[in-house]
Amino acid sequence: MPVSLANSKLIYDALKECDVRLVSALPETWLVHLIRMADDDPEMTLVRLAKEEEGVGISAGAHFAGVKSAMLMQNHGFLASINGIVSFAHLYKIPLLMLISYRGSFGERDPWQTQGGNVTEPLLRALRIPYSFLDAADTAKKRIRQAQTLAESSLQPVALLLMRDLMWEE
Amino acid sequence: MLRIDCLRSVYPELERSLVVTIMGAVAAELQSLGHRSNFFYLQHAMGLASSTGLGLALCLPEQKVIVFDGDGSLLMNLGGLSTMARYRPKQLVHVVFDNESLLSVGGFPTATSTGTDLEGIARAAGIPRVSTVRSVENFKSAVLDAMQGRDLTTIIAKVEAKGPTAYVTDLSLLENRFQFRRHIQLLKC
Repeated sequence: MPVSLANSKLIYDALKECDVRLVSALPETWLVHLIRMADDDPEMTLVRLAKEEEGVGISAGAHFAGVKSAMLMQNHGFLASINGIVSFAHLYKIPLLMLISYRGSFGERDPWQTQGGNVTEPLLRALRIPYSFLDAADTAKKRIRQAQTLAESSLQPVALLLMRDLMWEE
Repeated sequence: MLRIDCLRSVYPELERSLVVTIMGAVAAELQSLGHRSNFFYLQHAMGLASSTGLGLALCLPEQKVIVFDGDGSLLMNLGGLSTMARYRPKQLVHVVFDNESLLSVGGFPTATSTGTDLEGIARAAGIPRVSTVRSVENFKSAVLDAMQGRDLTTIIAKVEAKGPTAYVTDLSLLENRFQFRRHIQLLKC
């Protein structure tokens, strides 16, 4: 499978360095290594979800408990989480660090991913969610740290879009 | 059976737990009995009270967590039952007030009024301890037993579709949220 193991490791290590100790996730192709790393790590609590919106509640509970968390999801999972983001995370000022695989963008071969790709950034902007891209190994670690810092200081959701150039090797 | 009587029957026992409620009547009635800093009322995001309780319970394994859920909210996040069952925190108590109604919007009947069985769904999702109670006495004993923390428990409490006269209280959402987090951080000191 040409999902980049090295870059997944880079992302995972950066999350650990930010003191992230709980990860909620729903599997998708680009996230398989990240989820496996969380599963294999005794210091990490991995919560496998039935639907991504649950992750908003899990992360809110973790925040109340003083535990830093991250959410791993596909952009369609972000679409499925929007009510939770608005009527929990925004309403109650809950920091969320959302790592969203940006499917359906340039280079996408799966027809079923393409509509979600079209609306991901417009929706992030409409929701006033600050976002940036993880698209290169040399900047990924710093962006993850910056995103986590902003989520904690602003008490709001912040998104990092995982890009094909970083996640996929072919 | 009235929900307010159920809440009143266990209110003194909630002092050393973390309590998460759904919006509407449950939040207003618990506040009418007396707000405490260990109570968090999720005044929207229907379905996510149980997920919040799960997040708390996983991060604070020594801390008892009680969620007061409702049929309308739980029906919006049935998958969350499977997630709770998967991680099975022993000290998490999940109470579902089932009045077969979306009461706060005018009493529209939910699917539990036409036969959907939340006890059966919870059990089939893998929740290890599930029961249905129909009297205040049984409610109280079921909740107190679940609070012993032997295993994850879901209690379906069949209540009348009656609520308070008003749903908005004078506790602001953010005040509640910051107070709740501070309460937990002080517990950890």
